[in-house]
Amino acid sequence: MAQLAFYFDGTRCTGCKTCVFACKDKNNLDVGMAYRRVWEYTGGTTEKGADGTCTTSCFSYYTSVSCNHCDKPICMANCPQGAISKDDETGLMAVDADSCIGCGTCANACPYAAPKVDPETVKAVRCDGCADLVAAGELPACVMACPARALKFGDAEAMAALGERGATAPLPDPAETEPNYFMTPTADARAAGSSEGFIGNPLEVA
Amino acid sequence: MSKELSRRTFVQGSALAGLGAAALGGSALFGCSSELAETGADGKAEPAPVEEKIVWNHCAINCPGRCALKLHVVDDEIVRVETYAADSDDMDDIQPRACLRGRAYRAWVNHPDRINYPMKRAEGSKRGEGKYEQITWDEAIEIIARNYQEVIDNYGPEAVYMNYCTGNYGVTARPWFRLLNSLGNGYLAFYGNYSLAQLMWITPYIFGASVGAGSSLSAARDSDLVLMFGTSPVETRQGGAVSHHDYVAMREMTKGKIYVIDPRFNDSLAGRSDEWLPINPGTDAALVAAIAHELIANNQVDKEFLDTYCVGFDEATLPASAQGQNKSYQDYIMGTGYDKVEKTPEWAAPITGIAADKIRAMAGEIAAAKALFVDQGWGPQRRSNGEMTGWSICMLPILTGNIGLPGTSNGLREGSYSVNLTSMPDGENPVKAKISVFSMVDAIDRGHEMTEKADGVTGVEQLPCDIKFVINYAGNCITNQNSDINWVHDVMSDESKCQFVLGSDILMTDSLKYSDVILPDLFRLEQPSMIGTGGDGGYMLAGSEPYAPKFERKSAYDAAALIAAALGKEEAFTEGKTQEDWLRECYETSREKDPELPTYEEAMEMGVYTRKNPAGAVIAMAEFRADPVANPLDTPSGKIEIYSEALADYIAAHEFADDDFVAPIPVYAPEWYGAETVTDEFPLQLSGFHYRGRLHSSWGGVEILKELNPQEAWINPSDAAERGIEQGDTVRVENQFGAMELLAKVTPRVIPGTVACAQGAWHDADMNGDRVDKGGCINTLTTHRPSPFAKGNPQHTNICQVTKA
Repeated sequence: MAQLAFYFDGTRCTGCKTCVFACKDKNNLDVGMAYRRVWEYTGGTTEKGADGTCTTSCFSYYTSVSCNHCDKPICMANCPQGAISKDDETGLMAVDADSCIGCGTCANACPYAAPKVDPETVKAVRCDGCADLVAAGELPACVMACPARALKFGDAEAMAALGERGATAPLPDPAETEPNYFMTPTADARAAGSSEGFIGNPLEVA
Repeated sequence: MSKELSRRTFVQGSALAGLGAAALGGSALFGCSSELAETGADGKAEPAPVEEKIVWNHCAINCPGRCALKLHVVDDEIVRVETYAADSDDMDDIQPRACLRGRAYRAWVNHPDRINYPMKRAEGSKRGEGKYEQITWDEAIEIIARNYQEVIDNYGPEAVYMNYCTGNYGVTARPWFRLLNSLGNGYLAFYGNYSLAQLMWITPYIFGASVGAGSSLSAARDSDLVLMFGTSPVETRQGGAVSHHDYVAMREMTKGKIYVIDPRFNDSLAGRSDEWLPINPGTDAALVAAIAHELIANNQVDKEFLDTYCVGFDEATLPASAQGQNKSYQDYIMGTGYDKVEKTPEWAAPITGIAADKIRAMAGEIAAAKALFVDQGWGPQRRSNGEMTGWSICMLPILTGNIGLPGTSNGLREGSYSVNLTSMPDGENPVKAKISVFSMVDAIDRGHEMTEKADGVTGVEQLPCDIKFVINYAGNCITNQNSDINWVHDVMSDESKCQFVLGSDILMTDSLKYSDVILPDLFRLEQPSMIGTGGDGGYMLAGSEPYAPKFERKSAYDAAALIAAALGKEEAFTEGKTQEDWLRECYETSREKDPELPTYEEAMEMGVYTRKNPAGAVIAMAEFRADPVANPLDTPSGKIEIYSEALADYIAAHEFADDDFVAPIPVYAPEWYGAETVTDEFPLQLSGFHYRGRLHSSWGGVEILKELNPQEAWINPSDAAERGIEQGDTVRVENQFGAMELLAKVTPRVIPGTVACAQGAWHDADMNGDRVDKGGCINTLTTHRPSPFAKGNPQHTNICQVTKA
């Protein structure tokens, strides 16, 4: 089975969220729904001493992530309805809306919180890797959107040659689901599970 | 010309039912897409094939990005917004990819607050209340023409003003100056702009009028030390072929060490914390002075460059009028100048917030650099001391001779390589008087008192009258993007002052509420358009309308033509041409100047035309560096002026306030509402920055962008803790001019003592009530006092207090 994957160059990402909005446009996602998120992970301090001069250990970086179409899709394993499938040809994940009961088990199981439940249709929704575009020989909307050209998409082996499997905070340990998400981390990046920083943009990743 | 450049067919599904609602606004902002259409096909009825056409057009807001928009159109609705992109590993392949805002166009174009009909202020309502009633185009034009003629007859053309507006760019996008000239009377013009007024004003004194920018960012690839003062290229111009992309490419390719000197750990620093040098806002000139001190004290200035290419560094090159009076730059720095203060790192440390040792280390790195690239954003100059700050930053490349050579820049903002297109001509304005762009509301309030000596009026010694007739087109610069909104409201809502305001826009905005008549405009992407621009590489965008105008909306060109006709000047305005005729004519003029350009038909079909800079990179002032005698600068001396005799003369001939800090050399000027003038009542500095979810106030009312780009006050954890403020709290930010409420972003990404707030949020206050701005528009708290020379907007110079709301 072939497997498609994302590659994310953290050294290029500036946190603009163009990927998010290209996805929202492509998938008609209004307020309250986004399949892709850009996380700000920030830590350290910036302080002034008694003499008025400043010292800083602040670090901050962005991570753009959607569904990683994992090798061990924990969403699929946990779905009580068997409504989630992994495409034989591409490895892309999909939800069968007819079978889905909107229970949200997938959303809770996924350590990337990639699947969501649409409050109107009460069905699970998620990034499908722009399967329709990919079938037509194009690339996902987010990938072709990035002004800094930080995203790529293609055969997992080719993406793996560009970087390591995503293992930087705030992402989880990749061993859990083996995400098809390969990346080049920034100089500031901390390891998955780090407690050195915090999510700096909690309102932007809802 | 065909606007249907390519077609493909997809299957119509049930989601198409949403299209009608989208056309009328409401919650169905998006219409449909091919993806939804497919999932909606349930097999019960054989769906009919629907034609999807692709129409190119371009973004047109106040960002040089003007990125490509590839519109997918079905049944007169845009169903998807793509951009111009290629799957290429070549970072130098020019791809004007639209940013997040460009990808949110559908929500804006179909916004429920779009202006659909001509309107006039409702009977009995006051200007600023925003109450309107629909009228016909005939009525609207009659009211506009009548008021225009009354103002001309009673006050003269100096009472007519076209406000500074930046919501719409294209070669035919600005018909209003042409209209006012076609009417034969002219108008009171402005100089400067809200982006870089202070730097625009001072640069001719430093480098001459022909130098307006620095080297392109691509030049910094050959630098070994890159200093970015008060700038975030990835945020200010977010597209895929302007500084966002160009900066990412540069920092990946340069071997140079980069420092970003900014009160805020801005997004250009993402992942690169070792590049951040936090500084107190408005104190960049003090940092420069201390570095200059070290360079001079350690004999590390490029004396040969200073002697050959500059005047005023030391006594030897001062003009005769300044000699023997300790007026040189070296005197100022070393403590023998007018203030007798030596500008040591210890002097600068408490002002800037940067430790003396760090300043010394930085001076050492600068001295050691073989190719120093200094770039300043327009934030440092958008201040009460902006002229002096902007000039001072340029002193680092000047002192070290890092100008006009590979890998260097002159200290101004990065330059670009552009495809240049000719615009529809404005005609000749017979009125000689001009005001600073920031002075419009002053000129409404007390224009007849405004003078050349005190207020920066040019062309006349004193204005003959107040402004009585204002055109506000595609702009939000009456209130939202102007300063001191509460004061502006009082002036604008007083109908005894300005007689008439014509507003035209695509959406109801805070500024548009001060219109007496409103005309419904089209987005640039809803009409034929062209524009040329560039970053490291140049490009041109061309496009056509995705559908015919909806409701009673008209292009600005057609609206202006109707006004001209009502005043008997249609032929003078249109010369018998449509907007598209002008587009073609202007483009043919462009092609005469630049024969490599494709034909008009080819350009329209391509949508995007790109061109790499044949020189590789723009190197600012390279010709001057190569031969300063053959290629002198446009300054009185023909050289770089570190001491400006012309400026000394200007200072002597003009009036300044006691706390305006003016000098004919680049000095550190303490600010009125700055790092050294915070008070017990307002102990924090408040500085604006450009936000990713808006371009100034454009897109500011688009909910899907607002949701993921919340309006926040960045506050350091130490300042937040003192005030009991936690992440996400609603806080009140207040000063002597007003109060606003927004969310706290508690972060070490801002220097202690400073609150940073993205400018451009939509003002939202009960102006007849408490006037507390719930929209978080920083201009509720900015002053309308202008900077001393340019009379420009000092919108980052503010002090404030923050409390939990």
